Amino acid sequence: METKTDVESVIIKFAGDSGDGMQLAGSLFTSTTANIGNQLATFPDFPSEIRAPHGTVAGVSGFQIHFGTSGVYSPGDEPDVLIAMNPAALKANWTHLKPACTIIVDVDSFSPKAIAKAGFEGNPLEDDSLADYKVIEAPITSLTKSSIADLGLDNKSVVRCKNMFALGMVFWLYNEPLEQTINFFNKKFSSKPLIAEANITVMKTGHNFAETIEALPSSTTIAPAKKAPGTYRNMTGNQATAWGLLAAAKKANRDLFLGTYPITPATDILHELTKHKWSGVKIFQAEDEIAGICSAIGASFAGDLAVTTTSGPGMALKTEAIGLAIMTELPLVIVNVQRGGPSTGLPTKTEQSDLNQALFGRNGDSPLVVLSASTPSSCFEMAIEASRIAVEHMTPVILLTESYIANGSEPWKVKLIDELEEIHPNTADDLESWSPYSRDEKTLARKWVIPGTPGFEHRIGGLEKEDVTGNVSYLPENHANMIQLRDDKVAKVVDDIPLQRVKGEKANRLLVVGWGGQFGILFGAVSGLQKEGKDIAFTHFNYLHPLPKNTREVFSNHDRIVVCELNNGQFADHLQSQFPEFKFERYNKIQGLPFKIKELQKKFNELLEEK
Amino acid sequence: MEDAVTLKPKEYASTQEVKWCPGCGDYAVLKAVQMALSQLNIPKEKVTFVSGIGCSSRFPYYMGSYGFHSIHGRAPGIATGVKIANPDLSVWIASGDGDSLAIGGNHFIHAIRRNIDINLLLFNNQIYGLTKGQYSPTSELGKVTKSSPHGTVEEPFSPGELSIGSRSRFFARVVDTDVKMMIEVMKEAEQHRGFSVIEILQNCLIFNDKTHAEVTNKETKADNQLLLEHGKPMLFGADNNKGLRLNGLDLEVVTLGENGISEEDILVHDAENPNPSLQFMLSNLKSPLALGVIRKVKDTTYDQALHDQREEEKQKSKFKSLDDLYLSGNTFTVN
Ligand code: SF4
Repeated sequence: METKTDVESVIIKFAGDSGDGMQLAGSLFTSTTANIGNQLATFPDFPSEIRAPHGTVAGVSGFQIHFGTSGVYSPGDEPDVLIAMNPAALKANWTHLKPACTIIVDVDSFSPKAIAKAGFEGNPLEDDSLADYKVIEAPITSLTKSSIADLGLDNKSVVRCKNMFALGMVFWLYNEPLEQTINFFNKKFSSKPLIAEANITVMKTGHNFAETIEALPSSTTIAPAKKAPGTYRNMTGNQATAWGLLAAAKKANRDLFLGTYPITPATDILHELTKHKWSGVKIFQAEDEIAGICSAIGASFAGDLAVTTTSGPGMALKTEAIGLAIMTELPLVIVNVQRGGPSTGLPTKTEQSDLNQALFGRNGDSPLVVLSASTPSSCFEMAIEASRIAVEHMTPVILLTESYIANGSEPWKVKLIDELEEIHPNTADDLESWSPYSRDEKTLARKWVIPGTPGFEHRIGGLEKEDVTGNVSYLPENHANMIQLRDDKVAKVVDDIPLQRVKGEKANRLLVVGWGGQFGILFGAVSGLQKEGKDIAFTHFNYLHPLPKNTREVFSNHDRIVVCELNNGQFADHLQSQFPEFKFERYNKIQGLPFKIKELQKKFNELLEEK
Repeated sequence: MEDAVTLKPKEYASTQEVKWCPGCGDYAVLKAVQMALSQLNIPKEKVTFVSGIGCSSRFPYYMGSYGFHSIHGRAPGIATGVKIANPDLSVWIASGDGDSLAIGGNHFIHAIRRNIDINLLLFNNQIYGLTKGQYSPTSELGKVTKSSPHGTVEEPFSPGELSIGSRSRFFARVVDTDVKMMIEVMKEAEQHRGFSVIEILQNCLIFNDKTHAEVTNKETKADNQLLLEHGKPMLFGADNNKGLRLNGLDLEVVTLGENGISEEDILVHDAENPNPSLQFMLSNLKSPLALGVIRKVKDTTYDQALHDQREEEKQKSKFKSLDDLYLSGNTFTVN
């Protein structure tokens, strides 16, 4: 077998009907690839209907993985290898095909009816529309059936294995071992050994098929990435958020409380945390979004590190309660895994359009801290940051992640609990000097009291508070003073967050500005141009309100600044209003899709070249 | 021996000036709560009052315990978080008919269904007081108010029917004119483990005066009140000679000594019967109006079940620390 090792990175996309098991095939491939030690980033892309009509483009489910030795900052643009399990899967990717890429199709699925259902006029395998690509016509369904015919399984169970045929082929293509997947099936189906055997046999059949047919490009080995020493594991953003919250509670020495209501794409945080009741986490699946956040506010009042998780429409329902948390100055972490909006919008698609909602979406002058995570694994750190700021500064904190990184994955360097910084909740201890709204001089945070503590009995609520005593007050001067105090308290968080960094400090022509989960793509796009010697720099914001102290300085060194975001210019507006002396140009994409490196570079080149 | 200091009722009060209208039924409820807590000898730091919005929701400010005056209708959500976070607390909700049955209806029914160990005082004055006199979900059909000058065209909720329909384990009804009854029922609710709803027929003398007069007036109350006691026959009336019996699937008022009726024909109140059919009928009876503990059934509480599940998982889990979790499954090491 001929092998090549000079490929830096590869993008593979598994695409099929939503019932075809593409997510499983993709995540099993990811698992093995992670274990080899490759850099990787994944992006699952599901239809919003649980079972969209079979064989239609709307029902196509995709899983993209970008892996390699270096240069993997994002799941990548178009795939080098596309696996299309039916005509609809081919159609769904029709306009995103990389020149000369390899397309593996299940030729058995290309019946005239299926071709028509996918919206093709004729059979794309028979006309010359795919002439510029390496098309591998694999009889996946029929070989799957014949390879396990003697196991006596029903037809449904047999057909369900065909994703493993595709996986076997891809394992061969990249010279990856089958053991981990074999172990997975033996463990998962330990009580149904026939099913395990069927999946394993089909995978091996696919593997052998790939080896046998000559049409395939040769098997390629992707060397492990050079990484900092340590233990790694593959993590999705939602899992990282959940684990970060667990870590934060531990470091703050408080119980973790999650009050939430299921909503796409945030629900996996609930799914993950609920597996870990052993750690003491208290989970309350509420009757609605409002009860979800209210229970978290109650738990916070009672002394727990309290969290609520949601997505845009749920945020909208929680706004009144967020105001209550601001007024009562209780710590609260609100995770918004953003999706396409407005209204129900695009539940399974990615977007960054809830920034304005996070910054401003409440009645009254109601400041709070807004953070965002930049990659799947950074969700871990930012969940800890959100918790730390909440309990040390006694404020609600909104953490914005987004579908793209919440469902996407990458290797996370395991952080043991001892390696993490302690968190110091601002707990009341001295009764003599305490009043419900007396404040820490430095942070302006009030003290956190746990009901049950004798002597500290007090009442809080949503009516305006009198300074220091916390009693209800309608006095005009007091109201003005409290509005200012709450604002100053949030502003002071700036003393407690890292400075903004710039990649490419010497460049002064163009500064690319990003925030949130598009970090990897933006980083990749800028890095590429920097390698070509272009005069371009990059700065990426995780702290959105308040902005890091040196933000003004960062903007003052470049001729042009372009803010890139998946919305209609919300962060650009936010920056423009705070730094009117600079001109913030915009590059917005609002298609429910992440950026592509290519389109970014095209835009950056234009900006660099324009006079 | 524990030598707990017994607090006097007034020691459960805060220093805040009480701002309800003079003569409002809420004063009597406040007094009854403070007496009940004192008699139960619960330390005030162990008590948390949560409320929503409305006249009655000012309640927490007047208590010297921990308190949280939250937002309209959401007290059950806040209180649920408090109880789960800190199950040792005695958690109470003060809420009105608008707060619990209109804007907070969803939270009300789900809190009841879950049976979390919280006591809810439902101040039912059949009107919106704080916003100055609009009809509420318990205002009777045809009620003329500021927002219904031509009379309402909607049927009211019966709080008992709604509670029992939501699988309530504890439902009681009291009147604000009878402090002694309130104290006894509140004590019983606090000692009952689970979600306890106490409907308080409360008089709003400003916007809906005398709406409960028929059951509370000295002259008429004997014939209009049925004071329920578990295990006792359902007798009432000035001469205690009227009673309830079952006629087919309906309750019927009968008089002892008439038509051969004797005490043996009279129903005996069983608040602890898990089958709610009779309690349901009692809660909906208009005349006489049933007062006291209508339903009180032992069951697992939500907070206890959550706690037990966590403990069980702690025992069963292969993870003993977060490090165990972080290093479990598929990991790879770079040297
Ligand atoms: S308006 Fe009615 S319910 Fe409200 S305080 Fe006055 S009397 Fe009481």
